[in-house]
Amino acid sequence: MSEFNVIGRRVPKQDGVARVTGRAVYTDDIKLPQMLHGRILRSPVPHARIVSIDTSKAKQLAGVKAVITAADMPRSGFGYGKDNSPLKWEKVRCVGDEVAAVAAIDDNTAEEALSLIQIEYEQLPAVYDPEEAQREGAPLVHERSKNNVSFSWTFNKGDVEGAIAEADVVVEDRFRTQYINACPLEPHICLASFDQAGNLAVWVPIHFAFMFRKDVAEVMGMPWSKVRVIQPAIGGSFGSKIDTEPFHFICIALAQKTGRPVKIAFTREEEFLAARPRQPMILDIRMAAKKDGTLLARDVHIISDNGAYNAWGSHALFAAMMSVTSLYRVPNVRFVGDVVYTNKPYGGSVRGFGNPQATFAIESQMDILAQKLGIDPLELRLKNANQPGDVTVQDVKITSCGLAESIEKVAQRIGWSEHHGKGGNRGVGVASLIHVGGGARIYKSDGCGAIVKIDDGGDITVIIGSSELGQGSETVQAMMAAEELGARLEDIRVINSDTAIKPWDVGSHASRSTFISGMAIKRAAEQAKKQLFEAAAQKLEARPEDLESLDSKIFVKGSPDRFLTFGQAARADLLRTGGDVIVAKYFYDPPNVELDRGFFGNVSATYAFGSHAAEVKVDPETGAVDVVRIAAAHDVGRALNPMGLEAQIEGGVAMGFGYAMTEELQVKNGVIQNVSLLDYRVPTVQDVPAIDPIIIETIDPIGPFGAKGMGECSTVPTAPAIANAIYDATGVRIKDLPITPEKVLRALEEAKETSKDGSEGGLIDE
Amino acid sequence: MKRTISLTVNGDLHELAVEPRRTLLEVLRDDLGLTGTKRGCSTGDCGACTVLLDGSAVNSCLVLAVDAHGREVLTIEGLAEGSQLHPIQDAFLEHGGLQCGYCTPGMILSAKALLDENPHPTAEEVKVAIAGNLCRCTGYTKIVESILAAAEKISGAGVS
Repeated sequence: MSEFNVIGRRVPKQDGVARVTGRAVYTDDIKLPQMLHGRILRSPVPHARIVSIDTSKAKQLAGVKAVITAADMPRSGFGYGKDNSPLKWEKVRCVGDEVAAVAAIDDNTAEEALSLIQIEYEQLPAVYDPEEAQREGAPLVHERSKNNVSFSWTFNKGDVEGAIAEADVVVEDRFRTQYINACPLEPHICLASFDQAGNLAVWVPIHFAFMFRKDVAEVMGMPWSKVRVIQPAIGGSFGSKIDTEPFHFICIALAQKTGRPVKIAFTREEEFLAARPRQPMILDIRMAAKKDGTLLARDVHIISDNGAYNAWGSHALFAAMMSVTSLYRVPNVRFVGDVVYTNKPYGGSVRGFGNPQATFAIESQMDILAQKLGIDPLELRLKNANQPGDVTVQDVKITSCGLAESIEKVAQRIGWSEHHGKGGNRGVGVASLIHVGGGARIYKSDGCGAIVKIDDGGDITVIIGSSELGQGSETVQAMMAAEELGARLEDIRVINSDTAIKPWDVGSHASRSTFISGMAIKRAAEQAKKQLFEAAAQKLEARPEDLESLDSKIFVKGSPDRFLTFGQAARADLLRTGGDVIVAKYFYDPPNVELDRGFFGNVSATYAFGSHAAEVKVDPETGAVDVVRIAAAHDVGRALNPMGLEAQIEGGVAMGFGYAMTEELQVKNGVIQNVSLLDYRVPTVQDVPAIDPIIIETIDPIGPFGAKGMGECSTVPTAPAIANAIYDATGVRIKDLPITPEKVLRALEEAKETSKDGSEGGLIDE
Repeated sequence: MKRTISLTVNGDLHELAVEPRRTLLEVLRDDLGLTGTKRGCSTGDCGACTVLLDGSAVNSCLVLAVDAHGREVLTIEGLAEGSQLHPIQDAFLEHGGLQCGYCTPGMILSAKALLDENPHPTAEEVKVAIAGNLCRCTGYTKIVESILAAAEKISGAGVS
């Protein structure tokens, strides 16, 4: 029998009925009186001086209510280093840059108006390759960044060169990863409306609501207090809806100019052009080990192809660095990461935030190292696995840790001993990960506020700063409140969608919602329960400390037959002289720290671990890879809602599979070539392999009910697990994503040539 | 030049004057307020706008409203009977077949078209039926499970 009443149950999504009946209201479903439709004219060229803009014809078109350029709205910079601006006036730096915008009575009119705007560009030399961009004489994306390096991340601990010199084995490789689009089914959208007093309301699927508000206020030159952010149902994000984007400011400017509500809804093509992708990286990595497999050093240089501006994606090296320093026990680590401007789409935050790139390199190379050492890849990982109590070179403090268990579990489920090393174009591979699991202090606060209110009907409202993006946070939040209060789940509603109502939160990112909001809810609920029990104690003629609650009833411990309902207790508190409402609040800010100047620091209150194992079949005639199945084990601390967890694992693996095998934004001379879902290839139901989700519980010492975050984790190690399985099957190592049949075929042919030449290397892994 | 069409949507007959270039998706959402049908790409690639047209699953973004004249449309709003959810809707809830919900209406209607035709599908047949419906959240596992569970429930209870 479980020690919990609600925690651990398979609970359907609380917002599910609205979503299966079509009643959930997404931003695109909202139509305000007098609402106009906005459209943005984007640069078709990657780098150019704007010579002139003529909007006169567009303005004359019937039904057009406003045409704006940078001259008509604040030119304030935003983004890290304030290198971006809502509408561009001197220069465009990438295809898709916003140059002018229109608001019209309907979408067709707005689109027609765009075609009437005439812009003269003087094209400038552009730079697309982040290595070329750093060479002397390369075109500059931003004049102030000589050599196009926006900024760098450098970390050094121990004596890397010394360790490498003394090591028995050193491996050195270069890996490359690609652009991907997050592809939420709901494209980006924004609806802005001002009232007569100049108060702005923005309906927007964003999961950084208070930061959005701050950005809007700062860029638009408004008091923060005048900006209200309302988050309708969000149709998926995967990180892509975290940035405040130029189109948000433009939408607000159009509403301001016209005095009418304005909606800008991205077309799918625009989603590919102007939603922030995962940034490509070039990763040079060296690892050194003793003969027995003990890791001695890791030396990593990453070039992050940032694109034209610093969106949140410019900080993806934060997560990449943590995996480099802290995945497995490595005593000597050097990390250099350069964020390099190019005239290309600029990266954002996408599930995993720099970690999938780094883990692809590290975990592919762990297998290369294992092969060179003649050690089984599993054994090498287990030998070096992080353990509870470890403090890594970056000062990452590991408390609960299910890494070794996750490796063992996936190996068992994939049938490692039967399938590994057999060759014959069938193989298995494993890869692991570390990620933040207890928030991530990337800002002065890593906190989230919660309010728990118990009303006279016994109904309980949890008002929480964090956001539901589809991942199921509302459901888990309701479960945690119900558990703490001893309430029925159906008595709880969660409100989380309006900055005018909800308390501050730093945003739903970094897999932090369950952990941080959960702790805030738990502690607010403790206080609400205390007040409720004090009210009930008088009626039940008992001391508050002798009471307990279950199913929204309060009774003396051991005597459940004589009880007060939550409603009765709340009324007892309220309906008396000097009565009180039951409203409790708590702001939880976890015990973690910001990275210091040397990039040291325990940035998360706990860390999440996991492993994936893949089984593949390779067709040597075509290079086609059939990923048969993936076992995915994740250390989640405690499984609060196992159904929701499995769903997070399965969805993450599918995304990791797409990253590994099919997805790539093909950018040629700065222009994205595949701007439709058909050409881009999000995996369909027929592509995704069988997924075996495995939940590992380590009961975190400080997480809510022992839980930790894991939403991003399931995307992180899929690609290297598949790449390692392909190596096991064929003896060829693919070091750049995605792993297309062409790349596999070419590698197989090269391997054949090499073995014909009689030089080293064979087709089959020993 | 607008044309007058009559359209039966979820059992209700509507007479509408529409421009010939407008799609069924636009008319359902903008004229009839049936916003449960989602706009994901408008090019027939994602399936979020799937509705049943005379019982067959179609991408409503690829159907001109004038071509739906005289025909019957079922949207997600017409599936439940009052507060009684359709077994497919129930199954999606119970088996975790949805996350953000944006693909869900289309996914459920594709499933309905399948089960109307083939009450006892295999997992492979389910996959073929929803191959045109993209989902980015779930990895599809629980969607397939939901549809198979619904099939069992429907055939057990004799619901259609």
